[in-house]
Amino acid sequence: MERSLTHIALFAALIAVLGLVPRIDLAAGVPITAQSLGIMLCGTVLGAKRGALAVLLFLGLTAIGLPLLSGGRGGLGVFAGPSVGYLIGFPVAAFVAGWVMERTTMAPLWAAGAGAVIGGIGVLYAFGIPGMALILGKTLPEAAFLALAFLPGDILKAVLAGLITQAIARARPGALMSRA
Amino acid sequence: MLTLTSPVETPLHRVRAGVKLGALAVFTALLFALPSVWMAAVAGMAVGAVYVAGGGVFARHGLAMLRPVWPFVAVVGLWHMATDDLALGALIILRMCTAIAAANLVTMTTALSDMIALIERLAAPLSPLLPPRRLALAIALVIRFIPVLSERLALLSQARRARSARTGGWRILAPAALAALDDAEHVAMALRARGGAG
Repeated sequence: MERSLTHIALFAALIAVLGLVPRIDLAAGVPITAQSLGIMLCGTVLGAKRGALAVLLFLGLTAIGLPLLSGGRGGLGVFAGPSVGYLIGFPVAAFVAGWVMERTTMAPLWAAGAGAVIGGIGVLYAFGIPGMALILGKTLPEAAFLALAFLPGDILKAVLAGLITQAIARARPGALMSRA
Repeated sequence: MLTLTSPVETPLHRVRAGVKLGALAVFTALLFALPSVWMAAVAGMAVGAVYVAGGGVFARHGLAMLRPVWPFVAVVGLWHMATDDLALGALIILRMCTAIAAANLVTMTTALSDMIALIERLAAPLSPLLPPRRLALAIALVIRFIPVLSERLALLSQARRARSARTGGWRILAPAALAALDDAEHVAMALRARGGAG
């Protein structure tokens, strides 16, 4: 019980901290914020249920006014903005990423990578694009075109999620709750 | 840890949190039902007037909180200039900015403690599933561990830069996640030793 609670809380904090990091330069010098990487990791490390709960806790704290989203954003305003679909999709993305991790027997690198792509990109965009379309008054294909700008960064983040989950599986096999 | 609540006292600070949230929900629903640019402009000016009534510092703080919206305003603006449908573009931009500004107004005028009290009341029916004490403990843990993990990440980053001049800052992410996992285990043990999370 205590273990679930502290893991959920600490990973909610980790999502916030990854958003506070101004930016992480990838090898090619592509600046990305690591916040959605935190969402992917919640699923692939903690598993479906705990991962989704960690993300919900993070979103709850953001909604009540802590500036935890990347760039110091927070408060209720972000739920009225164009990113609202992505925010609603965050917990579902973590759940699906964790579900893939739990239900497959692939090595952690591939299972987490696949989970991150399906949950953190597929599911997340399925929520984010209609949200953008609604707030920005665009059709779905137009909004999808706008979302395309984030795709290269998100693919890199899915690869990183796979690598990091693999590193955790090697260093602390017992701590990988999605496979425990 | 800073919150987004404004230190400048306005009359809205004294309104109950639940009332403000209810009013915000109604206002946003109405805003998205407005058909014309002019009505959206009136709604936007009304929200702007509330900010100005709070004084210069309060209004500037509110304006700063709208800054992350500019890229979207630019994209929509350019889009509708290209498609020659400026009235629709103006309506979309006005509606978006007004909705965000109104929501920020609630955030800026409500203390974190009032919000937490409201959440506790709203979560009361869930208490068999989620004891309020456990939720409060989780919230406290997150707020406490954000600076701890942040400091850990800064240390890892410094150590890495001392060893290597190459890029690849992402390499510190795995140790950062491991640190969070280890901390979680330690805190869980400490909680159990003190009688559990209840």
